[in-house]
Amino acid sequence: MSPPATSSAPPASQRVLMEGSEALARAAIAAGCRFFAGYPMTPFTEVLEHCARLLPEVGGVCINAESELEAVGMAWGALATGARAATGSTGQGLSLMQESFSEITLAELPLVVFNMARGQQDYYQATRGGGHGDYRHIVLAPQDVREGVEHVQLAFHLADKWRNPVLVYGDYLLAHTQEAISIEAIDFPELPEKDWAVDGSLSGSGRSRGVTPLGVGKPGQRALGQEGKAQYIATKIPLMEREVRVESGFCDDAETVIVAFGSPAKFVKYAIAQLRDAGHRIGYVRPITLWPFPYETLAEVAAGSSVRRVGSFELSAGQLVDDVRIGVAGRAPVMFIGGVSTDQSGFGVGRILDVELIADRILALHEDRDLPLIPGYEEHSYELQEHQR
Amino acid sequence: MTIIDSSSPPTVPARKVEALKPDLLLTQEHHMCPGCGEPLAVRQFLETIEELDVAARSIAVAGIGCYTSFSGSMDVDLVQALHGRAPSVATGVKRMLPDALVFTLQGDGDMVNEGLQEVIHTAARGEKVTCILLNNGVFGETGGHMTATSVIGQRTKNSLDGRDAEYHGYPILIGDLIAQLQGASYVARGSVHNAGSVARTRKMFKRAFESQLRGEGFTFVEVLTMCPTGWFVPTAAGPEYMQETLGEVHIMGELKVDGRVRTTEELHAENVAKQRELDEQLARGGLEK
Repeated sequence: MSPPATSSAPPASQRVLMEGSEALARAAIAAGCRFFAGYPMTPFTEVLEHCARLLPEVGGVCINAESELEAVGMAWGALATGARAATGSTGQGLSLMQESFSEITLAELPLVVFNMARGQQDYYQATRGGGHGDYRHIVLAPQDVREGVEHVQLAFHLADKWRNPVLVYGDYLLAHTQEAISIEAIDFPELPEKDWAVDGSLSGSGRSRGVTPLGVGKPGQRALGQEGKAQYIATKIPLMEREVRVESGFCDDAETVIVAFGSPAKFVKYAIAQLRDAGHRIGYVRPITLWPFPYETLAEVAAGSSVRRVGSFELSAGQLVDDVRIGVAGRAPVMFIGGVSTDQSGFGVGRILDVELIADRILALHEDRDLPLIPGYEEHSYELQEHQR
Repeated sequence: MTIIDSSSPPTVPARKVEALKPDLLLTQEHHMCPGCGEPLAVRQFLETIEELDVAARSIAVAGIGCYTSFSGSMDVDLVQALHGRAPSVATGVKRMLPDALVFTLQGDGDMVNEGLQEVIHTAARGEKVTCILLNNGVFGETGGHMTATSVIGQRTKNSLDGRDAEYHGYPILIGDLIAQLQGASYVARGSVHNAGSVARTRKMFKRAFESQLRGEGFTFVEVLTMCPTGWFVPTAAGPEYMQETLGEVHIMGELKVDGRVRTTEELHAENVAKQRELDEQLARGGLEK
């Protein structure tokens, strides 16, 4: 069973029934994105398809890149000219892009990344990254298509605001769910001109520009050097933490607090609303930004006198739970109540993404009972071998 | 031996080294080793941009290698790319700025090892950019290691007895490979080991840039450059060593002109004729412009 659409929908007259992937592509274009490059991979494929169809209509370019490495490189070049540009993939494809992600961050290019993940097993990849060096990406995790449309536009704004990559963490549900939505450009505060962008006009003037991750400068320009560049980025990271976004509900008198993000959070919220109706004192915290993570909110919630336990529901072997532990910081026991759950292809929606099954797990935690097994775990569990005992 | 007449003041003012640098270099200082061929190649394409009067719409995309140190001194709007990834970055730049002259600056380790698929795909796509390869058959920056263009018998730090085909495999003749691709409109391999080859390379840059600006397709100029440090030969021996090793395998000449791929035999014949012509010019007192 799936939760119903939220009630804050725009007037019916402005809404169109649209697949999530198309809505995200249209939101990118509404935000001024004029360059997209990607390599097909489910469930990212449809975002690429829609960009390929829609971008040329507005004078933009979408390249069906020959590999993920080339896709991110092309976006890098487009960004260096000052254009709004994006790429994306699913976890595996993003693994290939990690070297570029690190260096694009050092080069301070405002890349937007569509991560149409296969489940939530790429939480570490999104929030810690697989690349080298110190860097952080702002990570937005929409719970449904409507929020996705907003987050994509916010992503382009934040990327330019901080000159730092922003990743939108979606999934199969976000990419393939049809929702009645309207896409309107959001008005964000004005941002400075991109005087750093290259267009060739200053070549030969003695004041030519360089977009580089290396910390090298031209004679007469400020050159940070390798150490200086790393220190510059290190001091930018805590400033970006002010972009933290979070939603919480029913926490005031809660004995049990559940943390969840993305599509599963919408299921969790609905399950908790039902459990509340049945008289159970359970609340939720939904990180909207996975980085920066809402540690302070979790600390405040966990410090509440009623709170007995905090649970992390996520579709992974337990990654989000580490950030929950950091936030709760020993104020209450933290339990992982999620698990790996996809369809047989590994791409799609797992059996656990069901309001009743999720409610069962939350209630078991709330009542200090053993958690029901995640569907599939009984038959697939690793067994300790004789030589490992 | 010329005797300088010091009985009267000179008739022309003395010129400082600085006065001889291309306008598009912010300083003549560089970090290259003595005998390196890369500064010669950099001078050729920078002066070609000046000659074509397209500086104010030129954008460079630099790879990672010794030549990367020119990214700080070239007075050209520049995007620094990852090792091997410059052709894709150049693609993004050019697609957003179709009127710009966009070129990459890469070495053989960067282009032919790390990023081989990038340059091939960019060429096949017919991207209207120019990829410049400074090919010395060795990783100069790491101190002389074998690359995908090192020739059979070439001594490097990880082929101490010379590159052995059976053990290390064969070099990739990247210019020849790219010439075969339909998206490439102009492909040439020059060199900077003597004055004549420098002059020929200069013309190759001009033709490549002109072809790009006419929107004909992907253009490619490979330049064989000396690396005496990475080859473990005396500085002065660089040009001769280059001609005898790389020059014998990576045959110089225009590999594709107006969409027609030229054979190795054609290139050989042309090289012999060119050398004769240049020798005659030099004998007459200097190279003609």
